[in-house]
Amino acid sequence: MKMEADLKVGFKDKANKMLGYYPADAKLSKSYIAVAFIALLVGGFLGLLQGLNRAGLLELPTWFNYYQVLTAHGLILILVLTAFFTIGYFYATLSHNLGGLLPKVRKLAWVGFFVKLVGFVLAVIPILMNEASVMYTFYPPMAAHPIFYIGLALIVVGVWMCCIGAFIQVANWRKNHKGQHVPILSYFATGVFVLLFFALMFVAVEVLFMILPWVFGWVDTINVMVARTLFWAFGHTLVNIWYLTAVSAWYVVVPKIIGGKRWSDLLTRVVIIALVIMNITGGFHHQIIDPGINELVKFMHVFMSLAIGFPSLMTAFALFAVFERTSRRKGGKGLIGWWKKMPWGDVRFLAPFIAMLAFIPAGAGGIVQSTNQLNQVVHNTMWVVGHFHLTLGMSVVMTFFGISYWLVPYISNRVLTPQINRLGVIQTWIWTVGMICMSGAMHYVGLLGSPRRTSYTTYGDHATALGWDPYLLLLAVGGTLLIIGVILQVYAVFNMMFFAPKGETEFPIAEEEDNATKTPYWTERWGLWIVIMLIVVAMAYVIPLTEFIVNAPPGSPPFKTW
Amino acid sequence: MKMHLDEKIWLTISFGIIMGFMLITGYQAFALEMGPPSNMETIDPQKVDQTAPFDNPGVKEIGDNEYEVVMTLQAFGFTPNNIEIPAGAKVTFILTSKDVVHGFEVAGTNINAMVMPGHIQKITQTFDKAGNYLVICNEYCGAGHQVMSTTITVK
Repeated sequence: MKMEADLKVGFKDKANKMLGYYPADAKLSKSYIAVAFIALLVGGFLGLLQGLNRAGLLELPTWFNYYQVLTAHGLILILVLTAFFTIGYFYATLSHNLGGLLPKVRKLAWVGFFVKLVGFVLAVIPILMNEASVMYTFYPPMAAHPIFYIGLALIVVGVWMCCIGAFIQVANWRKNHKGQHVPILSYFATGVFVLLFFALMFVAVEVLFMILPWVFGWVDTINVMVARTLFWAFGHTLVNIWYLTAVSAWYVVVPKIIGGKRWSDLLTRVVIIALVIMNITGGFHHQIIDPGINELVKFMHVFMSLAIGFPSLMTAFALFAVFERTSRRKGGKGLIGWWKKMPWGDVRFLAPFIAMLAFIPAGAGGIVQSTNQLNQVVHNTMWVVGHFHLTLGMSVVMTFFGISYWLVPYISNRVLTPQINRLGVIQTWIWTVGMICMSGAMHYVGLLGSPRRTSYTTYGDHATALGWDPYLLLLAVGGTLLIIGVILQVYAVFNMMFFAPKGETEFPIAEEEDNATKTPYWTERWGLWIVIMLIVVAMAYVIPLTEFIVNAPPGSPPFKTW
Repeated sequence: MKMHLDEKIWLTISFGIIMGFMLITGYQAFALEMGPPSNMETIDPQKVDQTAPFDNPGVKEIGDNEYEVVMTLQAFGFTPNNIEIPAGAKVTFILTSKDVVHGFEVAGTNINAMVMPGHIQKITQTFDKAGNYLVICNEYCGAGHQVMSTTITVK
């Protein structure tokens, strides 16, 4: 009897392994994804509070004011949601692609998980106590409670552990598969973890070597421009890390779901390499109207920022070409008739598809606001908030939602039911309408001059500010729709995780075209890409940082202005 | 690497668009002198009141309908406050912060600059249209950030 049971277990394990499913790894990813969606729920409600306040509909209590809510909203959604989802998704990928996680890698990711959670709790406590209303950008010389920064440092360390784990996993696979290409989705994962690893260095230097000695009082003053520049070297790269994560699903997963093949493997890898090399320097377009950087250097930075647009334009072509090719193969006709052949009722397609569509205005907005003069019009206005709700809130997060409808069943050994699929389709449309209202209103009111990060105000009933109110109301309407979307999405995720019928779900990875040309091996030379990346970073950063340090004004003492 | 003709055309257009943006941005910045505010001067942020020109903030006429406004920003206000200038005046704002990072934005114009402690920022604008302009801080600066505003009256 016992032997029979053992045999059965052994057989099931083997079957799972053939499907690339490893229960211990699935549990890890499940934990990461669960935290990500709890963060979405909490962060989403905080967002609703802000939207209602901003429209003048809700006054927040003094013990939980607008700026506390805003700091928490940013931290929870920008750091927790994205980091936990990205790691959960890519660790599931590495496990599936590369024959299961190595025990030490899995352990590293678990330690990283708890280090990040502890870090997060430490960062949130001072926010709740109104000791850290400094936003997720925490620009010095505003100084929060030291515990806030210690929490941030722990989050950095936790993410680093996952980066290193991924490097060990990929290196080990390459050692055992000499001359082979790393599978495409794991190649995306490698790019993302390389970027995370290096981007975090900038913010780690800022927090560990500049801010902590200063808030502890070991040094009297801080160089505000250096701190700000280091922050954006990290901050903007983080944006593109989310984007690269979403793009991985667009290139690899979505073609499989619509029953098609992948676009050129080589061009896909070239896009990844280009995004890794050019990303970090994009941070400077957050500083176009800063003092202390001369116009020639700023012009170079505009070029470096716009250059990131090029791989995205390559992506735009590739994805629509895949859609058209697949639909025509299924009998789609005419210039636009092939659209009818796409699986509109499948949330695993619909959500990432709308996410891609959203990236057209989002990317275009990004390009225009990176140029000097247009940046000056919109810098620090609600336009920027609209921009990153369109990019992060729509292009990236909707892709994450779309991924969740197969990833969560996959790691939970359950299936996506038609009911949950239908719920997902409804959720997708609610989210789409909500984001269009909210982001549209933000973009427009920003053009009129309404500032970001400002609680409800009419500036003494000034006519200009009163003219912004109708748009801020539309913003609140969008925000209200979005919270409905958040609730439906979180319900769907936890239903699929714990209550959906048991069964095996496929990890959808599209194949290459049958007649595809072989990808040359130079794409695997990560050492070279990292060296080129560091050279590009040096080109962008050495001049301004030297200027800030050599010609530094006397520094600033810490301030608590809230 | 084989690439479709359509893709080559698309990528050429993409490259052209990006270069177009660069050319226009460069032309505006360097030929039309519409570059972003990028002043390089520094100051001791703890001694702003003792350092010229900020020891005497205010509106100064420096030429024929040309003005200089020396202004300090601190949580949560601007010094000087509620200034007046004649229509058609070309005004250069000379700005610095006495505490945290602030933003200087005049709604309805292209005036928008970061004002960092330790750095002197400059931005110039010609006010052709008369009216009451709203000046706000657009960088979160603390509990009273939403009240940090003033006006410029152009007559």
